[in-house]
Amino acid sequence: MPHDHLSPSGHPYRADNDAPLTYWQTMEIAVRELLIEKGHITAEDVHAQIDAMDARSPAMGAAVVARAWTDADFKRQLLDDGSAACRDMGFDIGPMHLIALENTADIHNVVVCTLCSCYPRNLLGLPPDWYKSREYRSRTVREPRKVLAEFGLTLPDTVTVRVHDSTADMRYLVVPARPAGTEGLDADALAALVTRDSMIGVGIAKQPGA
Amino acid sequence: MKVQVADRWPPGHIRTPGYLRGKIGEVERSCGPFNNPEQNAYRLPADSRELIRVRFTMAEIWGADAERPDDILEAEIYSHWLTPLD
Repeated sequence: MPHDHLSPSGHPYRADNDAPLTYWQTMEIAVRELLIEKGHITAEDVHAQIDAMDARSPAMGAAVVARAWTDADFKRQLLDDGSAACRDMGFDIGPMHLIALENTADIHNVVVCTLCSCYPRNLLGLPPDWYKSREYRSRTVREPRKVLAEFGLTLPDTVTVRVHDSTADMRYLVVPARPAGTEGLDADALAALVTRDSMIGVGIAKQPGA
Repeated sequence: MKVQVADRWPPGHIRTPGYLRGKIGEVERSCGPFNNPEQNAYRLPADSRELIRVRFTMAEIWGADAERPDDILEAEIYSHWLTPLD
């Protein structure tokens, strides 16, 4: 049997992207080069923006959640005005309008954008690929419990699921419940328990030592 | 306050999801004024519109097919898509 389509590791080679540029790729390059040629922006500005976006990660959101777990006044501020609370912590979230949603013993929040792929990237960085998939976007509003179960999260019947469709200008951060047995941990140790998925609502925070 | 989403199907850049058109929900909160994306998307002078988070039950949206009728869905809907019912 021929195996020349497999790498030595046994995985298929990824197809090279040497196809012609698409219409929109050509458009992006043309607009970017024109903006640079006409002196509106520099190539360094473009690189700096890419670097700034790549520097954003779920660690920023985890720090916000851990502070909310340890500081009741901050939690109130976060639930009242998510953007202001993140800026107060020193995070540059740009013009993003953020709503924080608290998971409780009775309510589990989960976030989706059915129309496109709106995500709080100014706080959490780039979204996971599955968040942008048609499957996740269409099924989360229709059968959220089944979708969550496929992520490994089976919710008891006593919990109400609250799905948030990010349809317009707001972005959403789920504040997962603080795990039991974490009373002695400081904010840094707590932040390590806050996963990206728990801030989207398809998971919960990790147990210490897990 | 109880509101109903308009059951309109105009062409263009619409931020009201199809599965919520015609459905009835409760106002959850106001998010304040934003430029109307239906104009903004085409770089037309945009009117300022109030953006409102509306809470629906899954029973209202999906009827007998709801996975669990009393689960909740919330979405941001522009005020010009909403009619107050009380």
